[in-house]
Amino acid sequence: MRMNVSDEDLALAAAGGDGTAFELLLGRVYDRLFALCFRLTGARAEAEDLTQDICLSLPGKLAGYRGDAKVTTWLYRVAVNAATDRRRRAASYARATDGWADVEIDRQKAAEEAADSADWLTRMMAGLSPTLRDTLALVLDDVTHAEAAEILGVTEGTISWRVAEAKKKLRELRELEEEGQ
Amino acid sequence: MTSRNGRDEFDDLKRAMAVATPAPDAARKAANLAQAQEIFARTQGSLQAARQSSDPSPKKGFLKGAFDMIFTRTTGALTATTALVAVGVLTLSPFGQEILRGPASLVEPGVQEVEPRALDREQLVPSEEIVLDEAAQTAPSMDGDLVDTPDAPVPQTAVPTNRAPEQALTEAEADTAFEAAPRDAGNLLGTLSTGGEQAPAAVPAPGIQQFGTGNSGYVVQDGRIAGIVADPAPAPPLPDTEEYANADDNPVQVVAENPVSTFSSDVDTAAYALLRSTLNRGQLPSPDAVRIEEMLNYFPYDLPAPDADDVSPFRPTVSVFQTPWNPDTQLVHIGIQGELPAIEDRPPLNLVFLVDTSGSMNDPTKLPLLIQSFRLMLDRLNPEDQVAIVTYAGSAGVALEPTSASDTETISAALTALQAGGSTNGVGGLQAAYDLAAEMTGEGEVSRVLLATDGDFNVGISDPDALEDYISDQRETGIYLSVLGFGRGNLQDDTMQALAQNGNGTAAFIDTLHEAQRVLVDQLAGALFPIADDLKIQVEFNPEVIAEYRLIGYETRGLAREDFANDAVDAGELGAGHSVTAIYEVTPVGSPATLVAPLRYAADDGAPETEFANELGFISLRWKEPGEDESTLVDFAIPATPSEPGQDAQFAAAIAGFGQLLRGNDFLGDWGYDEAIALANANRGEDEFGYRQEAVQLMRLAQSLSR
Repeated sequence: MRMNVSDEDLALAAAGGDGTAFELLLGRVYDRLFALCFRLTGARAEAEDLTQDICLSLPGKLAGYRGDAKVTTWLYRVAVNAATDRRRRAASYARATDGWADVEIDRQKAAEEAADSADWLTRMMAGLSPTLRDTLALVLDDVTHAEAAEILGVTEGTISWRVAEAKKKLRELRELEEEGQ
Repeated sequence: MTSRNGRDEFDDLKRAMAVATPAPDAARKAANLAQAQEIFARTQGSLQAARQSSDPSPKKGFLKGAFDMIFTRTTGALTATTALVAVGVLTLSPFGQEILRGPASLVEPGVQEVEPRALDREQLVPSEEIVLDEAAQTAPSMDGDLVDTPDAPVPQTAVPTNRAPEQALTEAEADTAFEAAPRDAGNLLGTLSTGGEQAPAAVPAPGIQQFGTGNSGYVVQDGRIAGIVADPAPAPPLPDTEEYANADDNPVQVVAENPVSTFSSDVDTAAYALLRSTLNRGQLPSPDAVRIEEMLNYFPYDLPAPDADDVSPFRPTVSVFQTPWNPDTQLVHIGIQGELPAIEDRPPLNLVFLVDTSGSMNDPTKLPLLIQSFRLMLDRLNPEDQVAIVTYAGSAGVALEPTSASDTETISAALTALQAGGSTNGVGGLQAAYDLAAEMTGEGEVSRVLLATDGDFNVGISDPDALEDYISDQRETGIYLSVLGFGRGNLQDDTMQALAQNGNGTAAFIDTLHEAQRVLVDQLAGALFPIADDLKIQVEFNPEVIAEYRLIGYETRGLAREDFANDAVDAGELGAGHSVTAIYEVTPVGSPATLVAPLRYAADDGAPETEFANELGFISLRWKEPGEDESTLVDFAIPATPSEPGQDAQFAAAIAGFGQLLRGNDFLGDWGYDEAIALANANRGEDEFGYRQEAVQLMRLAQSLSR
């Protein structure tokens, strides 16, 4: 019976202290959350760590959930903020970070990683600025522009512009690569 | 074809992404879920426990528990200190409780259990670690005091048991918190002993520091810490909120450690016009809205202009004189006056007005004022000049094809036809404007895009970062950009700054037709014709003469020392007839005003050189001829003997003081508005346009408002 309850109801119940609701909710969203974390960070290990960070902070954060946004929207916002936070921390600790952060600075490393099977993907995402990457991570996850706007706290138009900009960048990267080969 | 390719790229990426996304590790998933569940249960558990009883004894258990957890589960003394802060806040101040109980937005994402996994121990400077250890050792003895404190916490404080260390840890992870930590500890020790006896401060305050450095800080009320302001999770910009670009005050630098100061010139004046408009509305400007360099550069000064002997298109003038607000320090006033080529000799000019016609521009102080302002300027253009108008609202459109400036009728009609409506398509407009400007540019001509907006960029460029990328690319084309801000309410000052600084341009805020006259007509030449690109200023202070210095203002314009000679690094432009003013406050060696004690072991490192004893420092300026890629250097020594300051320098000092009063920094001592007003009034000089008179009025207004 509980499976018919919406995410939103579960979240509100969990915010009110219902442990079972919390368990159910986290079980439901975990895989999507992990997928998004992967898109945001670009590396499996990073994604696992980020997902863990978010999971452990959720009990505290849920108290602030008021039911005025969809749970996924709310959760994605938490994830994007956590990823930004993590990136900022990583950038200040060491310039050469793993994942997709700061690759502009470290093209050398990107070249090494290109040996991977997902090398094309990695290179493409690495060529984008963090803002564009975050936007793309959401849009590639079939989040609508309107939802992405809500998650990132910008207008829908901004999302459209960023997607257009990202597409343009990707095209340039592709052309560069084709020239290089 | 390109669009088809673009779509392919996107779809490819999407497919690749779907394939590449791994399934979550099952073991990690189970562990994460279990751990989260445990935290959840513990949170709820302590809630329940707290609800059941208001007996003070559980509090002791809670505090002991918190300390036990911290001390047994971590090895990091740093964690202990920050946890101390958190515990102190939550027990002693209602605000602290509010924060810990309160909205989740204040609790950082990415928090972890108390394992200091994300903490890089090597980041900790050893000396700091010692300090922190001291604080940690003191900590347990505070336990008893806390419990007996009369204003003991209400039972609900048990709620944050789990969150307190987490938040503290997150705080510690932010770089800035490393600095703040020792101070936190010191202040806390004082606060914790509520019985009245003064606990010794654990750490002497290092120099002059603001409480809130960078991303985190704390609020002190009546000498007690009222709450920690956590680094707000990268908060999305709120709609209809003005945003300002600024940074903390430049700190005092010790010449022996850091003799070189480097910054970029700045001829923007937007901050002054903004603060004038704010004061005239009866409000004090937010300290972040005050950029002192833009206040200084708002005023025309009677500085010597370059003559035929000067290699540079500008003439630097440096004077050293007594600081008005501190008898033991001196001000180094650097004025750089750009040459003013004869207006009739100027190259033909191509202007593209990029006009924001979004719905929000429908306001008497916006679009109508903008149209009037442009009309004022039209009369001053030459027949060879060309004007085009691009609007952006909904979709970008060319409202006026390139038209000779002599055809005033057509231009005027196009201006009149501008109407506000629809939403903004900023980037489309920018692209169209840059394309048009490139099309209009002929050999030896100067092209400039004049972006007029209320800051509501909406599409694409509401994000300063993305915008910077775009504008920086356009900079390569040699087209200049001026940003004219209109109206109040949703002006995005930081976006304007990002635009102007990255687009080889200037930003001005136009609040009245009078200001439009000043920006667009009186300074037409300077606003539109650059005489020097990427003007950088570097000052090396002589450690024999000067002990400490600080640059007043230019917080957003600082450059790394090595960027000075790096021509790839962008800096500000100097327009024809413009001047740049910068002021350093310096403390001579041996002055009682020295804030930082000298190092014991660094003093005697070789024979003292006396060769340069009559030089205070050495100033170097680098600039590029407009459109050139390589910079030229000019440098000279600054004499150590103070001189009698002229009226211009004195007035600039008064404005620098005014700016610091508005920013609320603590370098001024007892020097206040009365002194600033007297100094400015005595040095109004000719004041042809009444700007200085107006500044004095604003000081009076600010004085009344700050009482």
